[in-house]
Amino acid sequence: MEHTHTAEGHAHHDSSTKKIWRTFWILLAVTMVEVGLAFLHLETGFPSRVLLNAVFIGLTIVKAFYIVSEFMHLGSEIKNLIYTVLIPLLLFIWFIIAFLYEGNSWKNMNRDLKPGTPIEAVKAPAEGHGTHH
Amino acid sequence: MDTAVTAKKKWWDGGYSPFNVSYGKLMMWYFLLSDAFTFGALLISYGTIRFSSTSWPDPNDVFRSFPGMGHANLPLVFVSLMTFILIMSSVTMVLAVHAGHMRDRKAVAKWMIWTIIGGICFLACQAWEWTHLFHEGAWWGRNPFHNVDGTLASTNFTNFFFTITGFHGLHVTSGVVLNIIILANVLKGTYEERGHYEMVEKVGLYWHFVDLVWVFVFTCFYLL
Repeated sequence: MEHTHTAEGHAHHDSSTKKIWRTFWILLAVTMVEVGLAFLHLETGFPSRVLLNAVFIGLTIVKAFYIVSEFMHLGSEIKNLIYTVLIPLLLFIWFIIAFLYEGNSWKNMNRDLKPGTPIEAVKAPAEGHGTHH
Repeated sequence: MDTAVTAKKKWWDGGYSPFNVSYGKLMMWYFLLSDAFTFGALLISYGTIRFSSTSWPDPNDVFRSFPGMGHANLPLVFVSLMTFILIMSSVTMVLAVHAGHMRDRKAVAKWMIWTIIGGICFLACQAWEWTHLFHEGAWWGRNPFHNVDGTLASTNFTNFFFTITGFHGLHVTSGVVLNIIILANVLKGTYEERGHYEMVEKVGLYWHFVDLVWVFVFTCFYLL
């Protein structure tokens, strides 16, 4: 940590240097929470897999926000620049949902339409729907 | 200086950048945006294949080694160290950019050197991890690890792992090369003559992006 001291020794230990280190500690803390939760799950199985994954994805977005906003200074740019970078990224919402849905659907079809699967097993849910109408 | 007159300014009337940044910096943002989609496509295809598989190897069983610790079962520890190194080098990069704003050539050079060291350390860690996995029998087209449910796994797991971490490692490598070029210019006094250190900011953007991608790779491959 000797470089922390040298930075402050340069007389410009102004607010931006402080902010950089604050961001560093946030990123480190979030990563340690993630690893800690992973270990907790390994030992006790406590946060269920689904809950754990949701927390991991949420924390990843928190880290991404801090890197882009603080380290890349996007947070202090004008709105025009922020929008021109962020709006195209909205495509990811469709991108992720569509493709993961597709993958899941493949898995189901592979299971249901495997050679040797009795026809009734496939038809049964479809007929169940039919009787409602 | 621009911000003082923002209220009266008509951003789209020409004469200045409507984004209030130089052309080079704007284009760096757009390049990173396109690169984000490249990495996104790779990670989403990985997700699609994983969703389409009935079972998948457990990352905690695969990534559990640490250099010099033999067969000790240490899941996540080594990759956490790699993450720490990359975040740390991101911090030294921001400090270099900050020193550039102060027109402090010596400090810029010092922080650039730390950033380059961080990048090389990260690459060394990755080289060790790849070598270790290779000796365990993993490579493109070869997967010695079993699925969580005990069934034989396909090679999708290793193919995606080596392709995506390899593509990220390639980005880190080119980032280190760019940082070395910029450091040489800093030492030569090119930016002192030019009157600003904006090139440091531009490579800084790229370097942080590489860190950003790692955050997602870390989650997708080691946590989920």
